[in-house]
Amino acid sequence: MAAEVVILGGGVGGTIVANLVAKKSSSGKAHVTVVDATGTHVYQPGFLYVAVGKEQPSSLQRDETSLLRNDVTLVVDRAVRVDPVARTVQLESGRTLRYDQLLLATGSRTVMDEVPGAKDVHDFYTMEGAIRLFEALKGFEGGIIVIGVAGIPYKCPPAPVEFAFLLDDYLRARGIREKAQIKLLSPLNRAFTIEATSKLVQPILAERGIELTGFFNVESVDPVAKTVSSLEGETMDYDLLVLVPPHRGQKVIELSVLGDERGWVPVDKNTLKHTTFEHIWAVGDTTNIPISKSGSVAHYEASVAADAILAEVKGEAPPKHTYDGKVMCFLETGQGEATTIQFDYDHPPVSPTPARRWHWAKALFNKTYWHTVPQGRLP
Amino acid sequence: MSTLQIDKTIDARGMACPGPLMNLIGAIRQGQVGQIFEVLSSDEGSKTDIPAWVAKAKHELVEVVEDGGYAHFIVRKAR
Repeated sequence: MAAEVVILGGGVGGTIVANLVAKKSSSGKAHVTVVDATGTHVYQPGFLYVAVGKEQPSSLQRDETSLLRNDVTLVVDRAVRVDPVARTVQLESGRTLRYDQLLLATGSRTVMDEVPGAKDVHDFYTMEGAIRLFEALKGFEGGIIVIGVAGIPYKCPPAPVEFAFLLDDYLRARGIREKAQIKLLSPLNRAFTIEATSKLVQPILAERGIELTGFFNVESVDPVAKTVSSLEGETMDYDLLVLVPPHRGQKVIELSVLGDERGWVPVDKNTLKHTTFEHIWAVGDTTNIPISKSGSVAHYEASVAADAILAEVKGEAPPKHTYDGKVMCFLETGQGEATTIQFDYDHPPVSPTPARRWHWAKALFNKTYWHTVPQGRLP
Repeated sequence: MSTLQIDKTIDARGMACPGPLMNLIGAIRQGQVGQIFEVLSSDEGSKTDIPAWVAKAKHELVEVVEDGGYAHFIVRKAR
């Protein structure tokens, strides 16, 4: 009988693992099921561009079935509870799935309501948020735009810096840049977590007139006074506030007690195997590994998780190939240029001088994503 | 090293992004006053970043212990 491999989540990590396990398992050895609440695959890195009117929401979504191999079963339903002892997953519809191997690829969710007073502030971390932010920007005629971070960890650490640059471009294109102040609040005492990248980016922020304030971790908002306050005890005025919302793991993780107090799943940072339960693996935002929550991490982890699951299915020894902490991402620096950030557990990050070719490389990656990444075609 | 009761350990060795300090800030944000956090970091920058943030945010840097290629930072959430 085929081993039942159940994958919760049809995002980057879940989709790649599903396709690789189905492709590499000898015929009949494994049957792969993906459970996804919407059945729609969303390319989240595009939200940043929707927020400044450079991308259409429709171009960021595809039916998950179009990205999965024909021999993978897609169940459009919400997983509500996992029983790691009985090895079952209970779905919202009432159906129960049995598994031999389970991959948790449920990602993260944003919880802006955890920030006092921030209910109506803007963000670009959901499609709805990005669309609403662009509407607000279209009506913006001048004043102070503040960009801040209201929780750690959050997806795509370079995103606030990228948004500041793209916003600068947007306001210049509208001819109202001189009527606006852009203030970027950084959780650290520099623009970005990686020092080498900060050294590249900070002079460009200064050149564009983007004001950087360090050690400002947003704690609360006063929407009447239009002020934002930090954990460190400072307060700043705004006319339009854009926050990176706090993130948590999904409710199914919290309800099933498979993760920590924020719903992040504890896994070995190399094997991606659950630290407590057998036959459970996790990739991407879902894990508690203190590495960036990004599609890039999910992408590089996916082949490791797929091979580990296949080895268990076949009764073989765990594969020698483990996750080495590889991350590769782009960082837009505005005016048509970008840089990249690449590192792993053993090699510190390097970033080339911002150039047009990296901006075009990012644009090309975003366009070709649909035909390469979900299928596992890019190693 | 002293025998403090550590409430949460963050092993951020080899993790440049989001980085040891970002992980510490995230943990302190969620923690309770009085809790003790330990960060393991192999990043040179942590030696200046972590004490600077702890001072700015008015928490307490209990101790820093070098251990071969990395350091332990012990921080108490003070408020």
